[in-house]
Amino acid sequence: MAKVKGAVVVDVEVCKGCDLCVQTCPEDVLALHREVNSRGYHYSFMKNPESCTGCTNCAVVCPDTCITVYRAKVRA
Amino acid sequence: METKDIIKPENLVYGKSELLIDTIMHYCPGCTHGVVHKLIAEAIGEMGIQEKTIGIAPVGCSVFAYNYIDIDWQEAAHGRAPAVATGVVRLNPDKFVFTYQGDGDLASIGAAEIIHACNRGENMLVIFINNGIYGMTGGQMAPTTIENMVTSTTPCGRDSELNGYPLKMTDLVAQLPGTSYVTRQSAQTAAAVRKCKRALKKGIQNVLDKKGTSFVEVISTCNSGWKMTPVQANKWMEENMFPYYPLGDLKDSEKGEPVSKN
Repeated sequence: MAKVKGAVVVDVEVCKGCDLCVQTCPEDVLALHREVNSRGYHYSFMKNPESCTGCTNCAVVCPDTCITVYRAKVRA
Repeated sequence: METKDIIKPENLVYGKSELLIDTIMHYCPGCTHGVVHKLIAEAIGEMGIQEKTIGIAPVGCSVFAYNYIDIDWQEAAHGRAPAVATGVVRLNPDKFVFTYQGDGDLASIGAAEIIHACNRGENMLVIFINNGIYGMTGGQMAPTTIENMVTSTTPCGRDSELNGYPLKMTDLVAQLPGTSYVTRQSAQTAAAVRKCKRALKKGIQNVLDKKGTSFVEVISTCNSGWKMTPVQANKWMEENMFPYYPLGDLKDSEKGEPVSKN
């Protein structure tokens, strides 16, 4: 069966670390980074990239539209 | 498959709308304004009406909406967006005109303008961001502040004996024959955001079909004004605001039709 794998790219400088994407992610992929961007916000990143399914929920709730989502089919 | 193999243009499923300008928004982290701006940009982009859209920016936090969405904008005095929109739409009946207003703007100083614009059935979309507070000026009580809600001018909570009752603007305008589509949405979860986008698109379509005023209220958070984190604010909104401001369509009919009682 073909499996779907996803990946997100966070625009680190635009992210304000509001935590909404982290809470929304059903697969617990995202987390806030220990480091901060140039404006002092703990930006979001993929802590657990292998679990991402590319469902786009994180990007949909992001108030700053800083998340881009990619999805590909993987043949087992 | 490695992450770098997935991140390719052909696998793109969600990206920033072309209508959103690359300016970093001035809104606080987690502000609902950002989500609604994104939805407006996506809806206008998908419907292909960028060239014929005129937005009326309000006074409040979203006064700088014209810096973020790449369409024509007109700024209006506090609360007067529906009056300005009336002039714009009457002179340009083939354009799509919408106003974007907060609750301090629409429900307080602009209450007369919105009621009369909706009563005249001006052909425009009104987007009403209701977070129950004056966010820009420091979190003072707004007409839509719910009972017992703590704000900087009601430190012991809103007392209806002293401050009156919270104003349900959406229920008021739903009673007017000039409105065709009146709905109340929210944008705190992915499902709610997608639903809100469908409502905005329906409102836009109604305006393009010249059905009269469409009114979309979005129950929002002001986490800075409420003194909460964005996640706490969403939870507080679900627990406290939704019982008073229930979500859903209040009216979906043709202009001039009598208001249904169901």
